[in-house]
Amino acid sequence: MAMNPGSKPVLQHSTATAGGMAEAHPAPPSGLLRWLLTTNHKEIGSLYLIFSLVMFFIGGIFAMVVRAELFQPGLQLVQPEFFNQMTTMHGLIMVFAAVMPAFTGLANWMIPLQIGAPDMALPRLNNFSFWLLPVAFTLLLSTLFMPGGGPNFGWTFYAPLSTTYGPPSTTFFILSLHIAGISSILGAINIIATILNMRAPGMRMMDMPLFVWTWLITSFLLIAVMPVLAGVITMMLMDINFGTSFFDAAGGGDPVLFQHLFWFFGHPEVYIMILPAFGIVSAIIPTFARKRLFGYASMVYATAAIAILSFLVWAHHMFVVGLPLVAELFFMYCTMLIAVPTGVKVFNWITTLFRGSISFEPPMLFALAFVVLFTIGGFSGLMLAIAPADFQYHDTYFVVAHFHYVLVPGAVFAIMAGVYYWLPKWTGHYPNERLAQWHFWLSVVGVNLTFFPMHFAGLAGMPRRIPDYALQFADFNLVSSLGAFLFGASQLLFVAVVVLCVRGGRRAPAQAWDYAEDLEWSVPSPAPLHTFDTPPTFERPAH
Amino acid sequence: MTSSDPHRDNRAGVRRTVWRSVAALAGMFAFAFALVPLYDVFCQVTGLNGKVNNSAQAVMHDGVDESRLVTVQFITRSGSGLPWQLEVETRQMRVHPGQPTEVSFTFDNQGDEESWGRAVPSVSPSQASQHLRKISCFCFDEQRLEAGERRDIPLVFQLSRDLPPDVKTVTLVYTLYPVEARNAPQQASAVTLEGEQS
Repeated sequence: MAMNPGSKPVLQHSTATAGGMAEAHPAPPSGLLRWLLTTNHKEIGSLYLIFSLVMFFIGGIFAMVVRAELFQPGLQLVQPEFFNQMTTMHGLIMVFAAVMPAFTGLANWMIPLQIGAPDMALPRLNNFSFWLLPVAFTLLLSTLFMPGGGPNFGWTFYAPLSTTYGPPSTTFFILSLHIAGISSILGAINIIATILNMRAPGMRMMDMPLFVWTWLITSFLLIAVMPVLAGVITMMLMDINFGTSFFDAAGGGDPVLFQHLFWFFGHPEVYIMILPAFGIVSAIIPTFARKRLFGYASMVYATAAIAILSFLVWAHHMFVVGLPLVAELFFMYCTMLIAVPTGVKVFNWITTLFRGSISFEPPMLFALAFVVLFTIGGFSGLMLAIAPADFQYHDTYFVVAHFHYVLVPGAVFAIMAGVYYWLPKWTGHYPNERLAQWHFWLSVVGVNLTFFPMHFAGLAGMPRRIPDYALQFADFNLVSSLGAFLFGASQLLFVAVVVLCVRGGRRAPAQAWDYAEDLEWSVPSPAPLHTFDTPPTFERPAH
Repeated sequence: MTSSDPHRDNRAGVRRTVWRSVAALAGMFAFAFALVPLYDVFCQVTGLNGKVNNSAQAVMHDGVDESRLVTVQFITRSGSGLPWQLEVETRQMRVHPGQPTEVSFTFDNQGDEESWGRAVPSVSPSQASQHLRKISCFCFDEQRLEAGERRDIPLVFQLSRDLPPDVKTVTLVYTLYPVEARNAPQQASAVTLEGEQS
């Protein structure tokens, strides 16, 4: 195999493709135009990942501003108006521009490789989906410089706070969210079309790697709920600009309706951000435990069950709006029911680990931290599901602690685990072990220092989204802020590891990890630009 | 050797998947908008969310339950850019279920020009809203007040006798909102006569 020792191994147009048919592909244009026009799933995957990393740092800087202001009680650094913009933008950027595109990037890179397809089903649409994102988020970030400032109503943009009382830039916020939503929808269509129609001959649905399965289910969720988000923000747009009263009580509208519609989108959205993480962890744990994944079929069914239940629990975000008792009970029990399929998954991972010969390479460290810390986030979710208890927890830092535990050491750690796991396939080099270990341990310490004290602050009654707080919360917030600075700074190590890995490092063979057995490990490392021009023959592993 | 473009074989499959996805998308987008009227209907039928009938109801003559007293509280809220004040003659009263009761509300335009406004009602707890019958209410239609005008308008209501026994207090909230003058007359024409079954 031609291993390119050059500086950018991933991106070299290798002449040795898996099928030996490189001449069938025209040479890509050079320079910037190549990236603007690329229809190659690997290049688009890289673009998505780089974009989301940049956005992860921008959203991270916003979080640092928030934590710096909360470092001690009183107002020191920023005005409350700007603080509100920071919390809002941090949430919006992290959800829509960092976590979601990172998973889409991994899907672009890995799904065709894992199912033996030459590319995504709709490569040009794929290009379009990606390039919508920089447009959307440049627009969103530009609102910070507009008169009246950017969105300041929280990432949940409850109306009428965001309509009647929102800043003038809200219309731009709506447009940018529309564009980002279209990007997600097109990406989801592409992924479904690829998975359903382009699997290698002989690969049945129940042979697919779990990352493919979880993304298939995630795509269905995206198609089901992104149009609802589009509908909600369209109603907001009309309320703001065209005199309708969807959410304005003065004209016969209902603000609570906004919350129902938003969370009908918002709760499945939460699972959109975690199901692909389950898929990544389900690939990594068996590889480094050197055992087959325990309960493959139950993993698939559990994922589907979580997705279906996610449509029946939205009102647990609004227990305090004055729901009737019957509704509180219904949503409380449905929410608790989600713990069952999630528990199935956690127990399957633990059983896979049981009596395995485990080694602790960086991907495995992140995957194990995911299992432990995500479970902590799951438990605090169960506490929040209890309607009477939620009356106390609602809108406190306990909620902040809960969803950061499932999103940072949950979704973000899984993305990082996936990056460390697949970097050898992308670059042909192993990531620097020592630096990656430092990155892991600093991140794990930082994340827990940041978010664990928030549980206590929240239980003691500290409200979220407020730039100042009562003196008794000072110590918790001091620890949180120090942890946040540590976590933020240690992500620079992640960038260093990735850059070093792209530029060089210990050579990785095609099968970069001993026990990894999915199809992506059958193509050379780094994966040539075109793979599986001739469909591979899929061999079902003997059970 | 297979075709150099293996997914060409599946082109029909891809097209089918895409069309189905697009149909699902369109359906969900329409569903989001359909939820708006569905939500209103759902709330009206079940009385969720404290939504009450927007039109007058007839008095029920099935006797007064003198064994029970229910506290009825009135809260009025102004603001939202309308220079009006809404006051109620008594903030709290105790009534027997089944007994029609009249309360007088005072609208006061403190601005220096005539304006249109509307009092939007809400009932709490929400399960009481189905058992609150309004025989006459200023909240059914928009009001027009001249500059500095002060007007008393009565509310006549009745708590039905099947009010759940655990409801001891019913709170009625009226919030004043401005109505744009050009919309007002046509909306006001939807008023029903006092006490008439709508």
